[in-house]
Amino acid sequence: MRNHEKKPVIRTVGLTRHYTRNKQTIEAGRGLDLEIAPGELVAFLGPNGAGKSTTLRMLTTLIAPTAGTAEVAGYDVTRDRAAVRRSIGYVGQGNAAGHQYRGRDELFSQARAHGLSRRDARSRTDELLDAFDLTEHADRPVSRLSGGQRRRLDVAIGLVQEPAILFLDEPSTGLDPQNRVNLQEQVRRLNAKLGTTIVLTTHYLEEADALAGRVIVIDHGRTIADDTAAALKSSLGDLVSLEFGSAAHAMAGAAGADRIPGAHVTVTDTVVSVRAPFGRDAAPGLVADLAAAGTPVTRLEVVGPTLDDVFLNLTGRSLRESNETASAVDAADIAGDQNEGAAA
Amino acid sequence: MTIEITQVRDAAPAASVRRTAVAASPVGIVADIGNVFARELMPVLRNPASVLFAMVQPLVFLALFAPLLPETPTGSALQWFVPGIVSMTALMSASFTGANLSEEIVSGSFERLLVSPVRRSALLIGKSLREMVPLVLQTLVIVLAVAPFAFDVHVVGIVGGIVVLVPFSVGLGALSLALAVAAKDQAWVFWTVQQTAIFPLLLLAGVLLPLDGAPGWLQTAADLNPLRYIVDAERALFAGDYPMDTIAAGLAGSVIVGVLGLWIGVRAMNRAS
Ligand SMILES: Nc1ncnc2c1ncn2[C@@H]1O[C@H](COP(=O)(O)OP(=O)(O)OP(=O)(O)O)[C@@H](O)[C@H]1O
Ligand SMILES: [Mg+2]
Repeated sequence: MRNHEKKPVIRTVGLTRHYTRNKQTIEAGRGLDLEIAPGELVAFLGPNGAGKSTTLRMLTTLIAPTAGTAEVAGYDVTRDRAAVRRSIGYVGQGNAAGHQYRGRDELFSQARAHGLSRRDARSRTDELLDAFDLTEHADRPVSRLSGGQRRRLDVAIGLVQEPAILFLDEPSTGLDPQNRVNLQEQVRRLNAKLGTTIVLTTHYLEEADALAGRVIVIDHGRTIADDTAAALKSSLGDLVSLEFGSAAHAMAGAAGADRIPGAHVTVTDTVVSVRAPFGRDAAPGLVADLAAAGTPVTRLEVVGPTLDDVFLNLTGRSLRESNETASAVDAADIAGDQNEGAAA
Repeated sequence: MTIEITQVRDAAPAASVRRTAVAASPVGIVADIGNVFARELMPVLRNPASVLFAMVQPLVFLALFAPLLPETPTGSALQWFVPGIVSMTALMSASFTGANLSEEIVSGSFERLLVSPVRRSALLIGKSLREMVPLVLQTLVIVLAVAPFAFDVHVVGIVGGIVVLVPFSVGLGALSLALAVAAKDQAWVFWTVQQTAIFPLLLLAGVLLPLDGAPGWLQTAADLNPLRYIVDAERALFAGDYPMDTIAAGLAGSVIVGVLGLWIGVRAMNRAS
């Protein structure tokens, strides 16, 4: 074994990747420095086009970095690709299972590719089909499965060999809530029971929170935050909405809410919105106090912070604005093309 | 009213953690190729009729051309025409191989194979070797289709004909895969190049019409086409003749395509991302 405890199992230094498209350079990765220890469960959180997949594709040897270096399991991702591939599992953003094939056959062939005997490959296949509720869909062509069934199959294929390091690119896309929970359960178990290092990408702070000990927020190819989900959230607080019977009650409610430490209170007509750290813990007491004071709350809603909130806090831009700047470039491209077309 | 009290349970089966205690072991290159080949055969095994799709065109040619063929003094025109159609089927089928790969590139399953420990060379060779299966099945279908007509079945010659075509099919399959890898997720690039390439190859091999009366420049172009020598060898073999020089030339043309195709294919696969 080349890596000992504590030594990072993933380490990147200035990891950079450029794409050239229409003579324009897109900086999908801009000098990422990362260290991930064995057994960590890390989520890459970021908006569309942030560079999450690009980073994963560099770490899994699929694309070469433009600059910088990365080591995975102690092996360099450009010089020692075969060794890296033997150490990792990867579930990409696309489908792992070929559309012309059957799910069972694809699991079996993946197990064989990793050196399992026929017997073991067969029993491992059955095990995974069972774990992801796919047994009854296993003998149909993948092209005829639903999106969520296909996604579950992708994840199952990625888990066949119980890799020491597992990369999951948006594993929960297209899954219904029940299957989402099951997936999270599988991932947590793998991490807890086998100490698998897991890096996954997501757009949902909730999911990052449910799964990962550590959240790395990526924007425009750069790390803009690296912390626990709890810390990212507590610095933002929950959004508590209180509705009252009248505007007067609402004003009284706002005054009460303002006593919560760190609260930021806004009143709109009969609705009081309170943004406060640990807002969900303070809400029950506040509701009781207001009822006792004769200004009862008629409706209550508590929402935890979302990716958008974290993002706004970190960058001062909302995700929508961020996407607009990204697509503004595309729009300019298109406009340019049209002008050329008109001139011709 | 009833109140249901639930507990947080360990509900999910613990299958991400393996119950069968087995360790993955290193895989040799031959086993790698075998695994890729076995996977490639799956769609054929599950749906054998799929092999016939690439045959639609050759069978149509056979049905529409054969009645037009003149009787020749040297024997049945069908005897001359069928080996050409067998070669054409091999050409069509092998050149389509990359289309499956194109589909896998777009859907994402190719990415999974690229990240797996399977050697890149094994990926290419295993996929190319698959071409042997349609080659054999398609040749048998054509022979069975024409056997009731003015066509003599020479079993040894037919087996020899298949053997001569194997390196060509595998090499062309490898080239088609290389093309798909180069085209990446732009499947139309694959189709444009594939369609542009096969017809000159076909016509310059004298598959449909003899090249005997061709002008000089056409002769020269045909002389450079390996498929031409293969077709000549196929005609001799299917007729039950065994002129060594013709067969050797055909086999040489086929092996050249095979070696060159695999070499280019492996290089392309090594650089695939
Ligand atoms: N092959 C490519 N050619 C050109 N540009 C690319 C290519 N792949 C990605 N990009 C660009 O690089 C940037 C980062 O893309 P990437 O796929 O890494 O984003 P992401 O964070 O995974 O986004 P998403 O959440 O949408 O999956 C984007 O602007 C994207 O358009
Ligand atoms: Mg992505």
